[in-house]
Amino acid sequence: MDRPIRVLVAKPGLDGHDRGAKVIARALRDAGMEVIYTGLRQTPEQIVSAAIQEDVDVVACSILSGAHATLLPKVKELLKAEGADDILFVAGGVIPDSDIPHLKENGIAEVFTPGTKTEVTIAYIKENIKK
Amino acid sequence: MYQKDKLDQVKEVVEAFDAKTTASLEKRPERQETFYTGSGDEINRLYTPADVENLDYNTELGLPGQFPYTRGVQPTMYRGRLWTMRMYAGFATAEESNKRYKYLVEQGSGGLSCAFDLPTQIGYDSDHALSEGEVGKVGVAIDSLADMEILFDGIPLDKVSTSMTINAPASVLLAMYIAVAEKQGVSADKLRGTIQNDILKEYIARGTYIFPTEPSMRLITDIFEYCSKDVPQWNTISISGYHIREAGSTAAQEVGFTIADGIAYVEAAIKAGLDVDTFAPRLSFFFNAHNDLLEEVAKYRAARRLWAKIMRDRFGAKNPKSMALKFHTQTGGSTLTAQQPENNIVRVAIQTLAAVMGGTQSLHTNSKDEALALPTEDSVRVALRTQQVVAYESGVTNTVDPLAGSYVIEAKTTEIEEKAMEYIAKIDDLGGAPKAIDQGYIQQEIMDASYEYQKEVESNKRIVVGMNKFQIEEEAPKDLLRVDPIVGQMQKDKLVKLRAERDSAKVDSTLAALKAGCEGTDNVMPLILEAVRAYATLGEVCDVMRGVFGEYQQSVKL
Repeated sequence: MDRPIRVLVAKPGLDGHDRGAKVIARALRDAGMEVIYTGLRQTPEQIVSAAIQEDVDVVACSILSGAHATLLPKVKELLKAEGADDILFVAGGVIPDSDIPHLKENGIAEVFTPGTKTEVTIAYIKENIKK
Repeated sequence: MYQKDKLDQVKEVVEAFDAKTTASLEKRPERQETFYTGSGDEINRLYTPADVENLDYNTELGLPGQFPYTRGVQPTMYRGRLWTMRMYAGFATAEESNKRYKYLVEQGSGGLSCAFDLPTQIGYDSDHALSEGEVGKVGVAIDSLADMEILFDGIPLDKVSTSMTINAPASVLLAMYIAVAEKQGVSADKLRGTIQNDILKEYIARGTYIFPTEPSMRLITDIFEYCSKDVPQWNTISISGYHIREAGSTAAQEVGFTIADGIAYVEAAIKAGLDVDTFAPRLSFFFNAHNDLLEEVAKYRAARRLWAKIMRDRFGAKNPKSMALKFHTQTGGSTLTAQQPENNIVRVAIQTLAAVMGGTQSLHTNSKDEALALPTEDSVRVALRTQQVVAYESGVTNTVDPLAGSYVIEAKTTEIEEKAMEYIAKIDDLGGAPKAIDQGYIQQEIMDASYEYQKEVESNKRIVVGMNKFQIEEEAPKDLLRVDPIVGQMQKDKLVKLRAERDSAKVDSTLAALKAGCEGTDNVMPLILEAVRAYATLGEVCDVMRGVFGEYQQSVKL
């Protein structure tokens, strides 16, 4: 690949817990990726428009507020609507295992729950981005 | 603290001991080359009187209930009265949360602690576009006085003390609480409780800010002033290190950054013309409890000593109550693991001991399932029982400040105090906490510490039982608490009904008066109270203030 992998790390919804988002952003950067972090309180529309504008390969959403079932499928829907469905879409945060099948059915490629090593996420992204 | 000849003797034998032990390390090495506290500070093999030789008992420790309060804020501590067991709760609708509150009171919880959902914390009504998916999730949804009346239905507000985790719109929720009490026939001067009201740590670590720094500080000083006259038993702020620690800070940073925030509030209030001794006795603090028992106990003691000195020497406080640092504690959410969640009960027990041996005034214990979801009623009960076991069975409550005089505790207390003072000096150099936050200094320091921690966990330099060592194959946990998505619709329906039934002319006129008040310099609290009495919604009140004050723009750095 010619250029480094570009990742948008995003915080959808009103959740203010950004420790995980910041840690993963730094870890991805240390792994050689280019990382754009949106900051807090992003609507799905804002996330998708940032993803397109920044021409990213990956969107990684962090959410701990419990609003994942509503907000994450919406991000995916908008990515599709914008013809940006080739962007790899992953999520992380306090998301119960039992909610993960529903998210995957709705196009979230992978969900990383508490305790996941950053190297696991990094490896997943490297293997799964559309080249 | 020791006679010089005796101390010299100690130093001599310690030196010999060190030499001999070091020599034997080749044959019998220690488990690690260097040992660290939970925060990553080095901790020595052995502490002796030589480590506390400069500690002046009278000026640095003193007696409980006396300056500098290192040994606690009351003379008898838990022999007189146990800490308040205060379980943070709230989810879904006011009706659901009211049931949980009544359950907790029945189970021996001594005070209420309200968790609000994110739209409430950020001043949006449940029908706002940004509230989509968030209503009732991390706390109870409150849109107007009508919800607040249901939340406290059947709970006599002159009997309970209520803590509300509310910051940017703290003035509005406090006004609603006062209005509910009026309806119960309880006057404001009888109300006891706390509003978190600590906006600076929202910018630093927690994220539920609304307005920019300056008007936010004004709202806070307006509350200080209003309560000093009308709600005198109310703790007007809970200056919080909890979230700073959860965001990944060290123990010394928790103390340093929190007290720097405290200094900023005191300075703002003095600048607004208030006398320090009128508002300072109602300031309270909120700290975390992590797993390193010794470091945590030292942390609370260091915080008390440092605050007392700052209030006396920097601000010239005269009232001893202005100098005594009272604090609430919550066990550390970020220390809990999603793996083998039963182990979390043990972590919480250790953290409870730390908070109690550190002299806390109230405590929330986390439930074992909180790395997964909101806690169920059963797991909340175990968390509460953990406090009760420590209170009634462990024996640590029977004597005041039981770890005082331990060489390591005293050495670490001094070390944390000194490190915290260095952070405060740095923040003073940057122009105080609000400026240091605007420049991203505090956030950056915390982020560095949290990334360091993550790397240590991933490299197994730091062991987290069940997560990076002693793992097992586990099934997905069952019986997690879920908030029915219908809650969002229920709140929307309630709002439609409310808007149809209330006196809208009254709402408009009180909101107009509030707008004028925000544009001027008078205290806005009475105006907010009028608006909520007229059933103006939280979102409407906050929109008026947004219109005048604008919104905070987060500076994002990595």
